[in-house]
Amino acid sequence: MNIFIDNKSGLPIYDQIYNQIKSHIISGALSEDQLLPSIRNLAKDLGISVITTRRAYDELEREGFIYTVAGKGSFVAAKNTELLREENLRQIEAHLQEIRSLAVACGLSREEILEMFSVIEEETT
Amino acid sequence: MNAIEIRQLRKSYPGFSLGPLDLSLPQGCIVGLIGENGAGKTTTIRLILDMLQRDGGSIRILGRGDGEGVMLTREETGVVLDEVGFPGCFNTRQVNNVMRLTYKNWDEAAFKTYIRRFDLPEGKPFKDFSRGMKMKLGIAAALSHKPKLLILDEPTSGLDPVVRDEVVELFSEFTRDESHSILISSHIVSDLEKLCDYIAFLHKGQLLLFEEKDLLLSEYCILRCTAAELNALPKEAIKGKKENPYGVTAIVRRDAAPAGGNISPISIEELFVFMVKEA
Repeated sequence: MNIFIDNKSGLPIYDQIYNQIKSHIISGALSEDQLLPSIRNLAKDLGISVITTRRAYDELEREGFIYTVAGKGSFVAAKNTELLREENLRQIEAHLQEIRSLAVACGLSREEILEMFSVIEEETT
Repeated sequence: MNAIEIRQLRKSYPGFSLGPLDLSLPQGCIVGLIGENGAGKTTTIRLILDMLQRDGGSIRILGRGDGEGVMLTREETGVVLDEVGFPGCFNTRQVNNVMRLTYKNWDEAAFKTYIRRFDLPEGKPFKDFSRGMKMKLGIAAALSHKPKLLILDEPTSGLDPVVRDEVVELFSEFTRDESHSILISSHIVSDLEKLCDYIAFLHKGQLLLFEEKDLLLSEYCILRCTAAELNALPKEAIKGKKENPYGVTAIVRRDAAPAGGNISPISIEELFVFMVKEA
């Protein structure tokens, strides 16, 4: 598993770990019931704070991506289709937000956007 | 559990007084003590080590209070002060011989490994060591009696950047065991920024701030804007500012910074310098 921490990106370290582990799980690079590195070892290997790493794991656990067995460590949870759908919906919403602000910026109407979408659909099917 | 717990610690000299200071070092963590010269870092560390008589307050180390298991505390605490005090005529072998009889848990093999790793000459007397070499020998000795707590006063000063990086790595490695903790002071803030879980700012004998490092870095940012734009922000969101005729550089809380403003991430060093000037 690769995790890249960029101290200068301005993105909180906690977010970087959280997002990268999450995307490894969603993409299937980390498989179900696979043991994750311990919080302390991951923190020391990446040269980051233990507290920050713990926060990222807690968040992943709260969202149901990983589960923890006391004394054994944290494991990848079974892929929850509902969760994946939720994640995808969230991404679609974010993209739509972006489309809206771009559309406002260049004065595109709602109809024109819908037409654009129809064209794209026809082209790809 | 806290590896070190300081409550209402006070110490006064003519012209300088420390505290009342409350500070705790959670087990398994690294706390970095930052402060300008004369801020009270070394005084705090000497008080913790009982090298100075305190005027008031309490200190618990590894769960033990005053007079409880002093020998055990000494055994479990590794110390490196800014001046490493081995006798000038000793070479590394003689240091090993003395330490072997001093500490129950002295690990001769570990000590020799550190000596080799740090490239220290075996036959040379201590007085002919360079400052960097003395420091490295001090660190090697502190790590070789299997301590649970490291107390380090400016351990990286006088070392070159490559060795400093190596030493920082070594300390980080030390806390891979969750029963190990470190209190480290330095004014080379970049070293502490790499290493610490918590940061404590000391200024004129007072604790200015004690916070999780990553939280600090994500909570504040640097904003470059005009004086008028800065005035529009709530006063309590601004931690410090530097003005020049062409604009203002300020440290502000990230959530208060205007969207789309000229914002860049902050370093602990910048935060410290700005805050001390403001205080």
